[in-house]
Amino acid sequence: MAGPTTTTAKVDYAAAMNLAPVAPGDWLVVAPVLIGLLGGAICLMARKNVSLQPKLAMFFLSLLVAANVGLLARVLDQGVITMVMGGWLPPFGIAFTVDPLGATLSLIASVVAFCAGLFGISTVDSTGRRYGFYPFLVLLMSGVCGAFLTGDLFNLYVWFEVLLISSYGLLILGNSRVQLDGAVKYGVLNLIGTNFFLIGTGMVYGVFGTLNMADIAIKISELDAPASGTLLTIAVLYFLAFAMKAAAFPVNFWLPASYHTPNIVVSAVFAGLLTKVGVYALLRIMVLIMPASREYLADLIALVAIATLLTGAFGALAQSEIRRLLGYLVIAGIGAMLAGLAIGTNPEVTTTAISGTIFYAVHSIIVMTALYMAAGVMNQLGGSYDLRGLGGLYQQNVAFAALFLVLAFAVSGLPPFSGFWPKVILVDAAFSDGRGWLGAAILFSGFLTTIAMGRVWIYAFWRGGPEGTPDGQAVAPADGQSAGTVIGATVWVPLGILTAMVVYFGLQPEWMIDLSARGAAGLVDPLGYVRSVFGDQ
Amino acid sequence: MRTVIFRTIAPYLSALMVLYSIFVLLRGHNEPGGGFIGGLIAASALAIFGIACGVASVRRAIIVHPMSLAGFGLFIGAAAGVISLFTAQPFMTSQWWPVNLFGVEIKLSTPLIFDIGVYLVVVGAISSIALALEERESD
Amino acid sequence: METVPAILVGLFFAVSVYLMLSKQLVRMMLGIAILGNAVNMSIFVNGRLTREVPPVIPEGLLVPTEVTANPLPQALVLTAIVISFSFFAFLLVLAFRAYQEVGTDDVNDMRVAEPENDPLPPQGY
Repeated sequence: MAGPTTTTAKVDYAAAMNLAPVAPGDWLVVAPVLIGLLGGAICLMARKNVSLQPKLAMFFLSLLVAANVGLLARVLDQGVITMVMGGWLPPFGIAFTVDPLGATLSLIASVVAFCAGLFGISTVDSTGRRYGFYPFLVLLMSGVCGAFLTGDLFNLYVWFEVLLISSYGLLILGNSRVQLDGAVKYGVLNLIGTNFFLIGTGMVYGVFGTLNMADIAIKISELDAPASGTLLTIAVLYFLAFAMKAAAFPVNFWLPASYHTPNIVVSAVFAGLLTKVGVYALLRIMVLIMPASREYLADLIALVAIATLLTGAFGALAQSEIRRLLGYLVIAGIGAMLAGLAIGTNPEVTTTAISGTIFYAVHSIIVMTALYMAAGVMNQLGGSYDLRGLGGLYQQNVAFAALFLVLAFAVSGLPPFSGFWPKVILVDAAFSDGRGWLGAAILFSGFLTTIAMGRVWIYAFWRGGPEGTPDGQAVAPADGQSAGTVIGATVWVPLGILTAMVVYFGLQPEWMIDLSARGAAGLVDPLGYVRSVFGDQ
Repeated sequence: MRTVIFRTIAPYLSALMVLYSIFVLLRGHNEPGGGFIGGLIAASALAIFGIACGVASVRRAIIVHPMSLAGFGLFIGAAAGVISLFTAQPFMTSQWWPVNLFGVEIKLSTPLIFDIGVYLVVVGAISSIALALEERESD
Repeated sequence: METVPAILVGLFFAVSVYLMLSKQLVRMMLGIAILGNAVNMSIFVNGRLTREVPPVIPEGLLVPTEVTANPLPQALVLTAIVISFSFFAFLLVLAFRAYQEVGTDDVNDMRVAEPENDPLPPQGY
């Protein structure tokens, strides 16, 4: 690679390189990834210093939140922004293209990671810290943000791998039997899913000779048959790959097998973030790049969505282990998001449905993380993750019980919390698109979720004590602790932030609805996205 | 595996391989080679040393934990891309500082720093996996 | 030109799927390794094949003098090889540790995380 300073021949570098000076503000595009990588590296070097690590990690995670706030503000102000790595012009250089969708999800993800880091201070012991909880958490965030912000298919694959390898590290944090067993299933299934993704990417390159998302979107829209056999094959490969990542119905089994095994804060991060990255990639590829294939596959996606909704809800009903129950609720949420992807033959309805999916993704990231954290607190208070061994938590801590009730309402999609609005949008879009059965499936799944969460409430909180104790009489825990275990600030603050967001998005949904609508509009009509990458041609 | 011959030769062999890995790393600038392949050679040198003389002596020899080595590599790799922030160019634009040393032009540059970062990441990550596997075998 | 490698890619996929359908964890690992190679080769073939012209620009010039092999798939494959290699190494350690802890490499018996005969949740309210 001959740099500009080492050659004397006259060449017009402007044909291949972006020579215009880059404003420092545009560096916000790569800032989340950079903070993740540099912060993760520094935490990795300080792995043995267990008391310094949380401080370092919290510093970088708060920096990450700040960078994402700045990025979202800039995107909302200036429209889609692009930065090409090394100055090489697209489609040859790797482009980071940030639209409102990517920036929003990146921000919500970093807030959740910040809360998880805070929660981890009390739940991850020094062994877990030495195994690298904080470095892996920060590196995971660089992968998640990179996936949300990149504008290149192969680069998306690389960020998926970054988050996958960090998630392996987090999953086996304690090296126990259960964790290794769960990690094998998680690892194998996710690696196979990634390989499907890679096959699809190779085929895209074979057909179009480019991997830049905006470039592919143009080339596909110029085709005579934008849903030909080859393209449909690619679309189905991508759908399968990201359905695997998102744990949609036929390929969902790895999630309930592994998500309850790690430390509870790791489960919380995974439940919040990882599956939603898969949903995001589906949105990006099916709506932005391959809209014709999405319309062709809409019935298939709808069927998968319904099956996922029902699997998740029925699975949750059949579990007495709270963490596994929540794992199934993650799957049910994925079903609702996929439903939004299936709706819409005209741009208007599609935009509404996709905005519902985006809002639901935001809601699900927040509420699932908060619920797993709440499960951790329930274990702390009642000494068990099993419904049979829990009871009397309401008497122990009324405030926590109230907080759990809010989250239970939100995850069931009941007003006035954040789960209500995306479901309203999705069901409304489904009925106006003539897919009433899809809307009915969302409602039915919400109904079953309400029953499952209601059962958790009644057994763990409302009744007097665990199974085997006379009703109305809480017994002191066997290990001699007093019944009123104190919940520290590092638990209350993250749980409080997340619950406050749930309540805020429920009572003041206009802001989020508007933001998701902008994100969806940018996907359905990719003109702004393409212009940001290639200029106003 | 711990024969006298192997144990005597292994330190020299490892030293030679590490030296060769650095040669491959620097050569990778304009010719086949580079950080990844160099890192793999260095990691296999450490693995051979570990097979012959035990994992404990490898850990003593490289002083820092392999994962810290990988962390340092990741840090300078990412930091090499940040330098272009100060020249108002996009992330990862390469910067060149040619130096004349005894009449030979040495092209110091950010790609070189990045490559050294890759080298360290590969050495750290692969050798920590290899050492973990070797450790399990003995107990 | 691409036909023979394409058939080879298909063969690789067949072998890897066969191995991955096995119950033994070791065979599944081998299947995954071969799957990674099959995918890499399919990317390589997707970039079209050219014989004996490496994409190297002669000294003193700024563009290659003739049509060369496509360097981009090579870069992609290199990245993918690096990633699949390190994942395979990690999964191998993981499988080995799991085998030590769980005591079996038959995936049907690996039910530690999801015990069989899991009790149903309490019925009724």
